[in-house]
Amino acid sequence: MHVIVCIKQVPDSTKISIDPVTKTLMREGVESILNPFDEYALEVALRIKDEKGARVTVVSMGPPQATAIIREALARGADDGVLLSDRAFAGADTLATAYALTTAIQKINPRPDLVLFGKQAIDGDTAQVGPGVSEDLGFPLVTYVRDLKIADDGTYTVETVMDAGIDVLEGKLPAVMTVVKEAAVPRFATLAGWVRAKRAPVTVWTAKDTGADPARLGLNGSPTKVVDTFPPPVKTGGRVVDASKDPAAGVAAIVALMKEKKLGVA
Amino acid sequence: MADAPIFIDPEKCKGCTKCVNNCPFGALSMETRPERKQKLAVVDGGACRACNKCVTSCPFKAITMVETEKSGVSDLAAYKDIWVFAEQDGGKVLDVAFELLATGRKLADKRGCRLCAALLGHNLGDEPKRLIAGGADVVYVADQPELAQYEANVYTEALSKLIEEHKPEVVLAGATGVGRAFFARVATRCRTGLTADCTRLEIAPSPDGKTMLLHQTRPAFGGNIMATIMTPDHRPQMSTVRPKVFKKAEPDFSRKGEIKPEVLELAKACTRLVKAIRDPNAVNIQDASIIVAGGRGLKKAENFALCEKLAKMLGGVVGCSRACVDAGWIDVAHQVGQTGKTVCPKLYLACGISGAIQHLEGMKSSDTIIAINSDPNAPIFGVADLGIVGDVFEILPQLIAALEKETAKQEGR
Repeated sequence: MHVIVCIKQVPDSTKISIDPVTKTLMREGVESILNPFDEYALEVALRIKDEKGARVTVVSMGPPQATAIIREALARGADDGVLLSDRAFAGADTLATAYALTTAIQKINPRPDLVLFGKQAIDGDTAQVGPGVSEDLGFPLVTYVRDLKIADDGTYTVETVMDAGIDVLEGKLPAVMTVVKEAAVPRFATLAGWVRAKRAPVTVWTAKDTGADPARLGLNGSPTKVVDTFPPPVKTGGRVVDASKDPAAGVAAIVALMKEKKLGVA
Repeated sequence: MADAPIFIDPEKCKGCTKCVNNCPFGALSMETRPERKQKLAVVDGGACRACNKCVTSCPFKAITMVETEKSGVSDLAAYKDIWVFAEQDGGKVLDVAFELLATGRKLADKRGCRLCAALLGHNLGDEPKRLIAGGADVVYVADQPELAQYEANVYTEALSKLIEEHKPEVVLAGATGVGRAFFARVATRCRTGLTADCTRLEIAPSPDGKTMLLHQTRPAFGGNIMATIMTPDHRPQMSTVRPKVFKKAEPDFSRKGEIKPEVLELAKACTRLVKAIRDPNAVNIQDASIIVAGGRGLKKAENFALCEKLAKMLGGVVGCSRACVDAGWIDVAHQVGQTGKTVCPKLYLACGISGAIQHLEGMKSSDTIIAINSDPNAPIFGVADLGIVGDVFEILPQLIAALEKETAKQEGR
């Protein structure tokens, strides 16, 4: 069995702030991390490896420094990893990203059993690339997986988290699945894992290496165009009461407003 | 340094630094060159996100986007009408579809085209009529047993076939669990663009002024910035919008519209639903009229008890910011914001939430917002009707006591 996990390096968005003067992002010093949802996907893959001896390959697209997350995945137990890194990929929207990843997956193995994604990346929050790859690969799509059991004949039972509750589905591999947080608690890399990962070669492919159609990559292959960016509209907000030295004044203001608007109090 | 998606013409650059100051990503800087008097703007291709800001801000038209070849559909004019995917569950159309119809109505009027709903399901009864009352001019209905239950692969095929046949110019869907999953696959099959979680949609002229396009605005690039996105050369232009971002209109059952039944030939489902587990007690923050939300300022899981107590008193539910879910203090079902749920309650009481843009996008349309935070500069105060600068651990217990007193007063009367 061969499981391919698509992973992404993202800025640790809890640490991004906005420059109050220029209203631009202050990215200096912001750490890059493995997208948390991808950690859960990787863990699901590693558990399949533990149980069934599957080969686990990770794939990412990003700048050369994204080899860091490939090595992190190797340290945790992935068998091999590929980074797609080329100027031709840059500026890709979700359609172009899904296409690029698909060309890499097909080169790694034209018929993998399972392709896993985190349910979304925390920088773009679109959740669109996993479904896009399922279409490009022609594999069935299963989203928001919180539990996955695979039988020896390749049939699987999954629990998926829907808005109204949990749906239990049955199907047969291959499939593309996206994974939610509840699916698995990620393991830590062991020291031996890090030592191995540090020495392991990380394969880096350019667009030429995957044989992708250049017209479908990067900016050229992206139907969506960002035409403007702007800081979020500055709202003036309402009244502010400084209750730092006098909590009672703050409480009185809240109770008065709730009474006025008939919210929870008569 | 990597090649960049923009080109700065050294002949035209006058060294004014406007682009450097306007770049949201710090990708531009000024360099001294021995061959010229003024400094020259240079771009770091690794940091540039092709957002177009410098191109529009350069007074000397020195910056252009590097685009080698254009892809897209050749017969843009063949695509007409604005569509809303009318998601249903158990034969009932969801509120989000009516919210999209209300906005879609304005877009269609501006564009001068029809507003259509696409309804997939089985035993749909009078739902098509409700869609017309909600603003649709035409309802395409595929009412067949294979579509009774959502299945990603069958739904992808069904909606893609309708799009291929009727060629809508715009298709909108709710960013629900269902919408976020199969709609992205539909967009990929149509080889067109899809913009997720839009917070504003407008029909306005394209940058070249030749046509009218859907302007899709959303928080982007993982930070405190908004982006307006267009799909100029591909059709349909597709967007998802989260529930509760737009308001639905009052139904008008005197509206006239056309119901068009569709019979689709569909492949077999790839997965089979064996069990649907529904918990009637599950927290549903989207339907709550009062939300008491806690943030990082609560410092630990146990302190959510304060929010729970207050929420219970007010007949509300507990919400939270992403930091609390990431820290494992509370279940993701309570999360408000871009990664969680968008809410629009009568009262949103934010306790110890600083208000990152992703959080504000999820709650800013609430009727009344009260925020308690120790930092007077917290962005949450920018959207709050009433902001209290203070310590949540002092204010919340006193607030609970004060409200208990109020209730006792009422009962004693």
